[in-house]
Amino acid sequence: MRAIARRLVTIVPTLIGVVIVTFLLTRVLPGDPAAYFAGPTADQASIDQIRAALGLDKPLPVQFLAYVKDLATGTLGAALSTGQPVLNELKARLPASAELTLTALLISMSIAIPLGILAAVKEGSFIDHVCRVVTTAGVSLPVFFTGLLFVYVFYYLLGWAPAPVGRLDVYFSEPARVTGFFTIDSLIAGDLETFRAALAQLALPAATLALFSLAPIARMTRASMLSVLSSEFIRTARAAGLRSRTVILGYAFRNAMLPVVTTLGMVFSFLLGANVLVEKVFAWPGVGSFAVEALIQSDYAPVQGFVLAMALLYVALNLTIDLLYGLIDPRVRLEA
Amino acid sequence: MDRREFLSSASLALAAGAAASSLPWSHAFAQSARQDTLLLISENGPNNLDIHGVGTNRPGYEASWNCYDRLVTYGVKTLPDGSRSYDKDVIAPELAESWQVDDKGVTFKLRKDATFHDGTPVTAADVKWSFDRAVTVGGFPTTQMAAGSLLKPEQFSAVDDHTFRIDFARPDALTIPDLAVIVPAVFNSALVKKNATEKDPWGLDYTKNNVAGGGAFKVAKWTPGTEVVYVRNDDWKSGPLPEVKRVIWRTIPSAGNRRALVERGDADVSFDLPAKDFSEMKKAGKVSVASTPISNGMWSIEMNVTKPPFDNPKVRQAIAYAVPYQKIMDAVLFGEAKPMFGAASNAPDDMSWPRPSAYNTDIVKAKALLAEAGMPEGFETRLSFDLGQGIVGEPIAVLLQESLAQIGIKAAIDKVPGANWRGEMAKKSMPFMINFFSGWLDYPEYFFFWAYHGQNAVFNTMAYKNPALDKEIDAARVAAASGDTATYEASVKKMIEIAYDDAPRIPLFQPYLNVAMQKSVGGYAYWFHRQLDYRSLKKTVA
Repeated sequence: MRAIARRLVTIVPTLIGVVIVTFLLTRVLPGDPAAYFAGPTADQASIDQIRAALGLDKPLPVQFLAYVKDLATGTLGAALSTGQPVLNELKARLPASAELTLTALLISMSIAIPLGILAAVKEGSFIDHVCRVVTTAGVSLPVFFTGLLFVYVFYYLLGWAPAPVGRLDVYFSEPARVTGFFTIDSLIAGDLETFRAALAQLALPAATLALFSLAPIARMTRASMLSVLSSEFIRTARAAGLRSRTVILGYAFRNAMLPVVTTLGMVFSFLLGANVLVEKVFAWPGVGSFAVEALIQSDYAPVQGFVLAMALLYVALNLTIDLLYGLIDPRVRLEA
Repeated sequence: MDRREFLSSASLALAAGAAASSLPWSHAFAQSARQDTLLLISENGPNNLDIHGVGTNRPGYEASWNCYDRLVTYGVKTLPDGSRSYDKDVIAPELAESWQVDDKGVTFKLRKDATFHDGTPVTAADVKWSFDRAVTVGGFPTTQMAAGSLLKPEQFSAVDDHTFRIDFARPDALTIPDLAVIVPAVFNSALVKKNATEKDPWGLDYTKNNVAGGGAFKVAKWTPGTEVVYVRNDDWKSGPLPEVKRVIWRTIPSAGNRRALVERGDADVSFDLPAKDFSEMKKAGKVSVASTPISNGMWSIEMNVTKPPFDNPKVRQAIAYAVPYQKIMDAVLFGEAKPMFGAASNAPDDMSWPRPSAYNTDIVKAKALLAEAGMPEGFETRLSFDLGQGIVGEPIAVLLQESLAQIGIKAAIDKVPGANWRGEMAKKSMPFMINFFSGWLDYPEYFFFWAYHGQNAVFNTMAYKNPALDKEIDAARVAAASGDTATYEASVKKMIEIAYDDAPRIPLFQPYLNVAMQKSVGGYAYWFHRQLDYRSLKKTVA
C-alpha cells in the first residue's frame, strides 16, 4: 500500500510537466481559432470579438493561470468543434475507445499468444513461418487500409457486417449507461438484440486493430519463450520426466510472461492513441478522432484535455503493470 | 453461488432474453420506424444548434434552418433540368401571414396560430427580441444582418402582439431578402430569458444545446460529433406539415463509407459528395443523384495586386491565358461543374450571373503578354490553397503549376491548413491563391461588394481597390434599392466587364452541390445555404 502511495507521489511532477507542455504546445500551433470560428462573412471586428470571448487576446501567462484555475476546479474548457465541455466529451468518448481497444487486444492476445508459444516450441517449423508471415503482414498493412478493405469486402461486397455507422445501428437506441461499454451495458439491461447489434458493429474495427497489434505480442511471446525454453530449469523439468504440456504452460510460459505483459501495456497504450484512423474509417465516436479534429481546427481546450487524460491513463496503466509484475513474479514485487 | 448454479441461471437468463427479442411486434415496430424515418449521412455534424452562437459551423446552420421559423422564406421553383431550387425572386410567408412595405419600413402581420415547441404562442415581442439579439451578439449573425441594413435594435418594434415593424436604416434592396436567410430566426424569448445568466444575457449557452424555436422539427437527441435525431413538430403551422416523422443524421467521416452506405441502401440521403463519387454514382445508376450549381459562387484564381508583379494587369492577364481550364474541368471535376471561361467577350450580353470570362488557354498569347509586361523570362511566386478543401484545391494547384511553367513562371505550392486559411485571407499575406467564394444573397452586386469592392472585406483577397469599379458597385446597389432597372443593369454589366478585363480574380468554374438519394426519396430542393431542408423531403415505400 505504501509503495502504491509512493508511486502516486512521483506522478505529481509528471502531471505538472504535462500541463505546462500541452499548454505551450497548443499555443505555438499555427492557426487562429478565432478567425476559423468567426465564420464565412466575418470582418476583423467580429474576429476580434470572438478572440476576446475565447480569452485569446490576453498575454500567455494570464491565459495559463486561467487554465490552471479551471483545471483545479475540474473544468477543462469547451470544445468549439462540438460545442460541448471537454470533460463531457472525454467521458462520453473514452469508453467508446476503450471498448474498441480492449476488444481488439483480447482478440489479438487470444491469437498472438498461442501462436507465439507454438512458434517458439516448434522453432523453424511450418507454424513458425505462419507466425512470421502473419505478424509481418499485420504490421505492414496500415490500419486505414485494412479497415477500408474489411468494409469493402465484408460490408459492401458480402453484406456480412453491418453498416459502418458507429457504435450502434441507427435503429437501435443506446442501452442504459452503466460502464459506457455498449456490449456490457446491453447485457446488464438484458437486451440481447442490442448486445448483438453492438457486437456486430464492434467486430470489424476490432479485427482491424487486432491485426495491427498481433505482431508485437506474437513476436515478444516467441522471443521470450525461446530464451526461457533454453534455460536450465526447463531442461531439468524435462529431464525429470514432466509432461511437455506441463513444462511449456506451467513452467516456461509463466516465466516468459513478464516481457509479454510489458508489451501488452505498451500495445494497449499505443492502440488507444493510434486508433484515430480506425475511428475515422468506422465513424467510431472515440477520443482519438475527437482530438485530431480539434487539432486540425486549432481548438486548444480539447487537445489539452486529451493529452492530460492520456497522461493520466498511462500513469494508471504503468502502475497496474507494476502491480501485475508482483503477482506474476514475486521477485520483482515492489519493495514493501 | 457455485459454478453449476451460475451456469444454470445464466442459461435461463439467456433463454428468457432470446424469447423476449423474438416477440413479433418488435420487428413490426422497427419496420414502421424505417418507413417514417429518414437516415441522412454527411461528413460533419453541428457544433451548435443556434446560428447566433460563437463559431457555429455549417451543419449547425442546417439544424437552425429546420428547427426555427423565420418571418419569411424563399419560394421553391423547378429549374429547366427538372431539379428543384429555392427561388430568390419569390419571398414566401412563414411566420408572417402578410406584410406591407412603405417608404420608411415594412410592417409584418404574424399568423395567430403559431406556437413554439413548448406551446407558448409566437408574438411580435419574441420577434423583436430575436432581431435585437441578432444585431447585438456580434460575429457572424450581426454581419449578416448588416448585409441587409438591419443594424440596431431601434429599427425593430412590436406594434401589438401580432404586428411587427422594421424601420429602414437606408433604402436597401437586400433588406427583405436578408430576412429570409437563416440568421433572423425567431426564438422563444421567455424560454431563453429564463435560461440566460448575467454573463450570458442572450442565453447563447442554453440555445447552443437546446432548440428554443417553433420550427417544423424538434431535436430529440443530439450526440455531438455522432448524430442528431429530429422528430417532426406535429403542431407546426407555418407551412405544410412535413411527411417525414423522424430524421436521423449520422456523421460518417470517411467518404468511401458514405458512398458504400448509400449504394447498399442503408442510408437514405448522402449530402455533399465529392465530384468523382458523384460522377461515378450517376453512371452506375443505383441511386438517384441531384446536383445544382451553387448560386452566386465561383472557384477562382486570385492575385494580390499589392504584391508585384501582380500589380501589373498584363501579368494577371498572362496568367489568365495560361490556366489549363479544360483540364481542370475534366481531371478535377469530372465535368461536374459549370465552366466559367471561354465566353465571346468580357462584356456581358445578359444579366445571368455567375458568368464566364472571355479567357481561355492560349500559351502563345500568355507568353506575349508576359513579354509586354517586361518579364519574358517569367518569375517565381508562391501558389496557396486551402487544405480544408484540398480535394478540389490540390489538383488544381498542380495543374496550374505545370501550365505556368510553360510561360516561365515557377510557382511553389503552399498548402495552408484549414484552420489557418481564414486568418491568412484576413491578413492578405498570400500573393497568389486558389479560392472559393459564394454569397448567400444571390445578386451580382452582393458578390462584388464582398469580393471586389474597395471596402476591402476578407473576401477581397486581392486587396483590389479600383474607384471606377467601386462606383459601379455602389451605383448598382443604389439603383437596386430605388428600383431603377435600367441603371442597375448597366452598372452590373459594366462592373463585370471592368473586373474581368482587369483580372485580379480569374474565374474557373461554378461548382455543383451534389446529393445522392435512394430512389424512394423525393422532394429534394437546393437552398442558398447549401444545407438540407427536411420539410419538403418524402420517402415513398416501394
